[in-house]
Amino acid sequence: MPLEKSSQNSSEVELLSFRLADEEYSVDIMSVREIRGWTRATPLPHAPMHVRGVINLRGTVLPVVDLSVRLGMEPVVGDARNVIIVVQVGSQTAGLLVNAVSDILALPRTELQPPPELAADCAHSFIEALTIVDGRMIRVLDLSAVLPDENAEAA
Amino acid sequence: MATDPMAEIRASFFVECEELLESLQDALSDMEEGNHDNETINIVFRAVHSIKGGAGAFGLDALVGFAHRYETVLDELRSGRMTITPEAMKLFFQAADFLQDHVRAARDAAPPPDGSEDCLVALEALIGGGAGPVVEEEVTDFQPMGLAFDFGTVEETPTTPVWTVRFRPAAALFSSGNEPLHLLRALGKLGSCTTRCDLTRLPTLESLDPEGSWLEWTVEIAGDVTDFDIREVFDFVEDVCEIEITQGTAETAPSDAGGLSLPDFGLPGLPDLPPLAQDPEDPVPLAPAPAPRAEIVPMPKTEPRAEVPPPPFAAADQPTAPAAGPAGGAAPREAASEPSATVRVDLDRIDRLVNLVGELVINQAMLAQSVAEAGLPPNSAVMTGLEAFMMLTRDIQDSVMMIRAQPVKPLFQRMARIVREASGAVGKEVRLRTEGEATEVDKTVIERLADPLTHMIRNAVDHGLERPDKRRAAGKTAEGVITLSAQHRSGRVVIEVADDGAGINRPKVREIAISKGLIPPDAQLSDSEIDNLLFLPGFSTADQVSALSGRGVGMDVVRQAIQSLGGRITIHSEPGKGTRFSISLPLTLAVLDGMVVNVAGETLVVPLSAILETATLTDEDIRALGPNTNVIHVRGAFVPLYDLGAELGYRAPKSSYAGGIVLLTAQENGTRSALVVDSILEQRQVVIKGLQRSYGHIPGVAAATILGDGQIALILDPPDLVQNASGRTRSPAFALAG
Repeated sequence: MPLEKSSQNSSEVELLSFRLADEEYSVDIMSVREIRGWTRATPLPHAPMHVRGVINLRGTVLPVVDLSVRLGMEPVVGDARNVIIVVQVGSQTAGLLVNAVSDILALPRTELQPPPELAADCAHSFIEALTIVDGRMIRVLDLSAVLPDENAEAA
Repeated sequence: MATDPMAEIRASFFVECEELLESLQDALSDMEEGNHDNETINIVFRAVHSIKGGAGAFGLDALVGFAHRYETVLDELRSGRMTITPEAMKLFFQAADFLQDHVRAARDAAPPPDGSEDCLVALEALIGGGAGPVVEEEVTDFQPMGLAFDFGTVEETPTTPVWTVRFRPAAALFSSGNEPLHLLRALGKLGSCTTRCDLTRLPTLESLDPEGSWLEWTVEIAGDVTDFDIREVFDFVEDVCEIEITQGTAETAPSDAGGLSLPDFGLPGLPDLPPLAQDPEDPVPLAPAPAPRAEIVPMPKTEPRAEVPPPPFAAADQPTAPAAGPAGGAAPREAASEPSATVRVDLDRIDRLVNLVGELVINQAMLAQSVAEAGLPPNSAVMTGLEAFMMLTRDIQDSVMMIRAQPVKPLFQRMARIVREASGAVGKEVRLRTEGEATEVDKTVIERLADPLTHMIRNAVDHGLERPDKRRAAGKTAEGVITLSAQHRSGRVVIEVADDGAGINRPKVREIAISKGLIPPDAQLSDSEIDNLLFLPGFSTADQVSALSGRGVGMDVVRQAIQSLGGRITIHSEPGKGTRFSISLPLTLAVLDGMVVNVAGETLVVPLSAILETATLTDEDIRALGPNTNVIHVRGAFVPLYDLGAELGYRAPKSSYAGGIVLLTAQENGTRSALVVDSILEQRQVVIKGLQRSYGHIPGVAAATILGDGQIALILDPPDLVQNASGRTRSPAFALAG
């Protein structure tokens, strides 16, 4: 679990929150490598729908995942307002295409609640925890579920 | 592993072994060419000896045992007591191969190779029987040879006239700052030397005066030397030592004399030394080998503590052989002090550098593009500066690529072994000639070339060359010649395997192809088309399927391997004269010559090596095959048409391809296919970026590259693309579905 791994010793957890189609999501800030502006991705043939393509991240080939499609929503329209959050999960580095980055939140770990079991949509399996900040509900993503290891070596 | 110093030393020993084995092979090849001079034989001897020395230090008993017995035979050769016959050469080569197997086995902690005993027995038979059991005993009692004892004259053997120099330094020689090592070295420069050290006067440790002089050397110098030359060496020390110079047929002391007579060599003054000295782990701290050029010198400095056998590496501390480098357990520190100007660098570091330079090239292209977009005048300072920068980057790129480049020599040597084994197996006499061994190719290319080349060499021996009787009937020498050559040609490496055999039997090839249903019976094929049938999967011409080759997975596998390296393979054959396979390879796998094309707004790179030709389609060229497929008619052949845009899912197939541009590519099985693109942008070198690590395998896509504008372009793998395309969905079917 990324959350426990990255901040095992502190009771605080820092989250990077971002917007996806008017909803707020967040990831553990420890897995975020950088945030970069939108660049056109080179599409990959025969790739799943949510794989937007690959971009050049200072000389390495970085796959970009449309997080919105991954979570079963409408694709993000790629334009200058969108950003790519570069995250690292295990040995894998990938870019997450989101609508906009909103905030960095620091909260006590105790305020994170496990999501209730609702089988109706596929998105819930990607959600690790829920929390409320200023009256807004923020979903904390489980990145290892969002980005399964393609090489299946870390399983 | 890197933290364990012993493991490191051990690893460096095996690296050195490889070098020694290489020089051993070289010298043996030299000898086979008829070069029987002392130096060549000595190189052979030293290589084996150094491996033995190092192996002893690591307690690799099997290796030591083999090397020792090999060395014993070689010593006979060196001392001129046996003559070089083709028979003997064959055994020497075989033994060298086994030595290599032993080294590998020792390295991988694997069991020693089978059959080495037979080889040794055959070798020992050359020098007369009886040697077997005797040396067997020595194996457990490994003793560097040439322990200098005075009884060299015991042996009765004819030798050439030599000078014998008895040299006994007085204590004053040391106190005056002289050094016997230098004197012995100077002697070594005069001619080929055998140096022995006499320890008989060495007292026990308790009674030893460390400042005294206890050693005496006997040096036998063979060669064009005069009395004056020798006297001159001792010019400055004449009054502080005893010298006795005699000429005559003195013994070239059999160097195994020391080893054989070990149990009773009796160092009278050293009652407590023998047990230690006999420890197989501890070579006696004396001259380890009678080196040809008296570079092997008993370390005079060690004499005050002669009772303490130095660590086994002491042997390695001796500059045994200039070419061979420090033997055995010599630590890297010593390697560094060797004159050879090479550095061993971790491959990862080089790869990182190669990657960085790749970035630099991309960056430079991006910079050039933005400068061009800024619309600066062509003679502005920025433009000229940029041009200089571009030249520098190209130079750096070339230099970095050269670091990864390695000579093909080790690969060729492996092939020499394959030839020996293969020719032995089929009972043909074959000789391998190599050319251009110094040609350098990317390390990865070399590694991945070994298998296809092995296959080709075996094919050449098995199928290419005729049997000796047939060769004689055709007016050729009974011995077939296979030529393996490498050269640089227009930015690529061309490796050729040629034999002087009967050439391809075209009627037979045709017949087989027809009988196997590979071609229609009435097909009209040109000679080269018939030759290329060899590359079809499942083709095998040999009447008898031998164990060597002819398993039916022949040249198509070779071709596939070559193509996966971005190379091409072609055949030229002349009946009665032989067959030549040419492999053309890129110099490196880090960059690739590609054709940059545009398909449905996407930029793609197609490897140039995959493209046979490009063409513009006219209406008549295109014929509908089925409801969903098209073929094009190119020079009498029908070639399936694939729309890259549709295959890669960028667009639906177009209604008409007239006026479109196609790239004709060849498949591994020899069939061609035509790929439709929208436009061809340019032809350039691109830096290959792996895609696999960031994303799984994509059918038809080999890798990616970064273009001058910073965008990523995919590098296609046309054979893979076509294979997947034809197997899954044909392009117009896609149109109907979509």
